[in-house]
Amino acid sequence: MTLGGLYMPDGAEPVLDVRGLKTVFKTRGGEVHAVNSVSFHLRPGELLGVVGESGSGKSVTMMSLIGLLPSPPAEVRAGEVLLGGRDLLKLSPRDLQAVRGAKVGFVFQDPMTSLNPVFTVGNQIMEPLIKHMGMTKPQAEQRAAELLALVGIPDAKKRLKSYPHQFSGGMRQRVMIAIALACDPDVLIADEPTTALDVTIQAQIIELVKDLRQKLGMAIVWITHDLGVIAGIADRVMVMYGGQVVEQAPVRELFTNPRHPYTRALLKTVPSLTGERAARLEVIQGQPPLLLGAPVACPFRARCAHAFDRCEAENPQRRAVDGLPVGQGHDVACHWTPEAAHG
Amino acid sequence: MLSFTIRRLLTAIPTLLLISLVIFLLVDLAPGSPLSDVPLTVPPEVRQKMLEAMGADQPVMVRYLLWLKQFFWIEPLYGIDALFGTDFAQGAQRIISWQSKVPVFQIIGERLPQTLTVVGTAYLIGVLIALPIGIYSAYRQYSWFDQAGTFFAMAGFSVPTFFTGNLLILIFAVNLGWFPTIYDTNLEVVDWASFKEMLAQMALPVTVLALFNAAEISRYTRSSVLENLGQDYVRTARAKGMGEGRVVLKHVLRNSLIPVVTVVALGLPTVFGGAIVTEQIFKINGIGAALIGAINVSDLPTVQTVTFIFAVLIVLFNLIADILYGILDPRIRYD
Repeated sequence: MTLGGLYMPDGAEPVLDVRGLKTVFKTRGGEVHAVNSVSFHLRPGELLGVVGESGSGKSVTMMSLIGLLPSPPAEVRAGEVLLGGRDLLKLSPRDLQAVRGAKVGFVFQDPMTSLNPVFTVGNQIMEPLIKHMGMTKPQAEQRAAELLALVGIPDAKKRLKSYPHQFSGGMRQRVMIAIALACDPDVLIADEPTTALDVTIQAQIIELVKDLRQKLGMAIVWITHDLGVIAGIADRVMVMYGGQVVEQAPVRELFTNPRHPYTRALLKTVPSLTGERAARLEVIQGQPPLLLGAPVACPFRARCAHAFDRCEAENPQRRAVDGLPVGQGHDVACHWTPEAAHG
Repeated sequence: MLSFTIRRLLTAIPTLLLISLVIFLLVDLAPGSPLSDVPLTVPPEVRQKMLEAMGADQPVMVRYLLWLKQFFWIEPLYGIDALFGTDFAQGAQRIISWQSKVPVFQIIGERLPQTLTVVGTAYLIGVLIALPIGIYSAYRQYSWFDQAGTFFAMAGFSVPTFFTGNLLILIFAVNLGWFPTIYDTNLEVVDWASFKEMLAQMALPVTVLALFNAAEISRYTRSSVLENLGQDYVRTARAKGMGEGRVVLKHVLRNSLIPVVTVVALGLPTVFGGAIVTEQIFKINGIGAALIGAINVSDLPTVQTVTFIFAVLIVLFNLIADILYGILDPRIRYD
């Protein structure tokens, strides 16, 4: 395989390095293992796409990193989250607050509810500036106006005094992005930022993020279940299923050479605009698994066309496909191989 | 906002007129005679003369219209005269209590201070303890603090004040002797000793009423805060790195206060009238006691006037609640 040119050479130190993250929700029915030994890293300026269906643990993974999950019921049980040389999981709540919004920015799914309705947009952008950057109010106001202009809101100075309900959905998402970028974070985590928007606005937001990435150079984690979006913007893709990373590869490699049966099934569900129209949309049969108890088998086995005895007995570990170390190139967590199928 | 306020005040006029008519008719239709406390030995012709002197022999509509004129025109003139030393009223007939034969507004002026001191303090204290309890209960939902708060709110709200009042009197006044059982209206606060005496006699009625008010308001606060804590904007505030104090006391509280303000504002008129039972128990010579006394002897002008003032207050505080809404929630704009 000639993959050399497809992904960035791994020269720089990762800005974010997550190792073996485990998050458990304690419920009456037992422990739900929402995130199972998830490891990934993010290089400076890189855009990592995270895909998977609802409940696959995408958002929970990202919220665990930064202590945004309510505890109880959530408990981050194991792992390391290295950001700027520090393990975020070992920080005190106060130190973690200083990281949130300053080093790591968050953009959430629903811009209609993510802004506080009773405070002006300016007030909400200025808050992290005053807290993390130690700015005075006039300085923060100045910077907030610049940020609004940066995310493409015209007449920024005047719009600072507007309330969220005076903005459209797309505009509000721009405001959310301005808040997330306020303190020049190293990492921007965008949790399905375009899912709640209509298609034309989606395209605008994606263009905006591409543009900002070039200007500001932060690394981005983009959570979505829209493979089309991923194909357009990501450098690398991580596919999650049942709280685990099942496949990870540079974006073109993943689309041309998917290894995990789930990834393949996912790619098949994308309707094609060209060629003959399929009679029915492709679906993945069955339900996503309930994650009660620690995993002992492959989470995808019940829906997998290739499942065999070993899938029932052992949860597959991520293994390299292309000879590079796991996480660096293309890796997959699956027992099945084409060779095994033929042999 | 201003045009909204004016519009609301104007629409309040027909409402209040209707309320005043309904109250008047209800009180008039109620059985009883203004002479029921006059001894039976008084001969019928004298009784008739007394009725005529009070104007109680006139038809209902005549008396109602006369009351309207007195309430909305003559009494305000007397008010202006008292304030500025003018003489607009020129001795016109005021609303006179049938029972004590003094102007009803004079009675109100004498009784209101006691009510405001005791019931007003109780309401204020009730709100001040209810807000933190409600907020903390919601923030630590299902903690022992929340469970205890729920229990006391339930008890405080469901046990009537005439029961808690008597219970406290029995324990703290009769058995322990810490506080007096009767509120002394004549006590004037002039020095430290009389101030302490005042506090002692206010303690029990204020406690009873404050507990009752706090129970209700803390419940509303708790559920409102709880609802807002789960909102997406709270997650956003945390993701921005805001401290828990700021998240709860700025972001959540401002949103949570919107429904609470209604409850507090609409509860305020009860300060003036609703504590009737408590005033009776602690023998506080307040406006509630005056109303009960007037009802007992069919003192129609007093009952009508005091009840109508309550109605005005309720309409007024409704308006104030609406205006506060607009201030707290920028999505509500009245213009």
